Amino acid sequence: MTSPNDLKFEELEDAVQLLSADPAASTLSMSVSHAPSSPAGGPDVKVDLSEDEQAQEESAELLGGQKQGGGFWTFEYYQSFFNVDTIQVLERVRGSMMPFPGRSFLKHYVRTSPDLYGPFWICVTLVFSMAISGNLSTFLSQTGNPEYHYRPQFHRVTIAAAVIFIYAWLVPVALWGFLTWRRRAERQIGVFSFLETVCVYGYSLFIYIPTSVLWSIPVQWLQWILVLVSMGVSGSVLVLTFWPVVRDDTKVMAAATLATILVLHTLLAVGCKLYFFQASEKLAPSPTSKPIHASATTGFL
Amino acid sequence: MAAEEEASRPFAGLSDVSISEDIPVEGDISVPVGPSRTDEEFSTLDEPVKETILRDLRAVGNKFIHVLYPRRSSALLRDWDLWGPLLLCVTLALLLQDGTADSDLEGGPQFAEVFVVVWFGSIIITLNSKLLGGTLSFFQSLCVLGYCILPLTVAMVVCRVVLLAAPGTVSFVVRLVVVTASFGWSTFASTAFLSDSQPANRRALVVYPVFLFYFVIGWMVLTYFPVKNRQP
Repeated sequence: MTSPNDLKFEELEDAVQLLSADPAASTLSMSVSHAPSSPAGGPDVKVDLSEDEQAQEESAELLGGQKQGGGFWTFEYYQSFFNVDTIQVLERVRGSMMPFPGRSFLKHYVRTSPDLYGPFWICVTLVFSMAISGNLSTFLSQTGNPEYHYRPQFHRVTIAAAVIFIYAWLVPVALWGFLTWRRRAERQIGVFSFLETVCVYGYSLFIYIPTSVLWSIPVQWLQWILVLVSMGVSGSVLVLTFWPVVRDDTKVMAAATLATILVLHTLLAVGCKLYFFQASEKLAPSPTSKPIHASATTGFL
Repeated sequence: MAAEEEASRPFAGLSDVSISEDIPVEGDISVPVGPSRTDEEFSTLDEPVKETILRDLRAVGNKFIHVLYPRRSSALLRDWDLWGPLLLCVTLALLLQDGTADSDLEGGPQFAEVFVVVWFGSIIITLNSKLLGGTLSFFQSLCVLGYCILPLTVAMVVCRVVLLAAPGTVSFVVRLVVVTASFGWSTFASTAFLSDSQPANRRALVVYPVFLFYFVIGWMVLTYFPVKNRQP
């Protein structure tokens, strides 16, 4: 792509931000004002913007304040969160595994219709894949041991469920609340809805499913490489999504927000790896070494 | 039993019409076909208890046969009942007891855990398919999912017998084959009933949770390892 087109894409981003702040505003005249005044590029810019405007207006209306199909006590309200096709879910999953810099997962894949199907079933699958692979890795690492008796360790399912569902549903709540409070305090634009935050977090966890299957191979250095790779991929999905929202804030708050997102994500990955996949010489896996998980899970034991 | 019911209905002449795929099976089934016809109502009070129980057992058994030989029929959907799933769930949970004490956390699933996995799993899958636009009613879906656990329960019985006979690698291979086959059977049987009621572009989204459900139950069956069988 040539540089004038890059500039036009930047204008598109600005236009989108302006539009989501005030969907009713007339847009054609405002958004073309910063474009480079080349007659050949002018009509192109207008056409692109108008198409995007209509799409963004529709989605801003859908996501902004309007009720989605009835009150929250009706079934149709929740059906609107499951308005996805197989192909869309597969596309979103693929997009979460291949983050490109400059392309926010949210804007590219999810903006039209965030769904709850992906996050929920990815979490459920992750719970069982962690528990099953952890059991398998314990078995594989102890096969040579004559004193080892195979145990199914079903309690790991409960623990994995608690940890993963808390991470995938409470952390987005906290993040969304924090971002909304900052937006209101700073009067900035471009806040994500709660559903979109949950959606991004849910889909970013997908990379851990094949990672957890591979973690069952009881080789330490391979496991740590996998930790780094999966943390890199899913962390970058999160950072690339939230960076455009956060960069308008003060530098300190922006850095702190992103750092918190990454730290929590790291804790999840490393904690799960250490708790479920101990390729150690100990006979029975001892309770977790991570204090956060211990405090979160003692209630369930 | 079915022939008598058909004959006493006003549409007796249509009893040989099978329900084809393009007639959507949906809606509110309020009363399963049972002793609610006026000409027999007086007799259900007078009939022996054995007869009453046997009628329900025959209905359950009939549905078992439909699960074991899944073919294009609507017995599970039209006359749903939840006795069969309850029976299967209790049997499976009892068979999965491996003799660990309550304080031993490392063992297999407790009785309550099996119950929770089966029933909450079925409820969540049913809600999922309804939210995605399915046309089956809530209880029809629960009925189908519950009845299709039958192959895995049969596999559990086989696994326990195999473990009694020959613990070791050979038994593991045999159990693996049996559990894999019955898992495939369960998934195939339930999707045969469930997938028709879904819009075509979301079929995979509905089938995947069913696959996961029977996979988890299959894993519980496969990893069953009684404490008493420990090699000294």
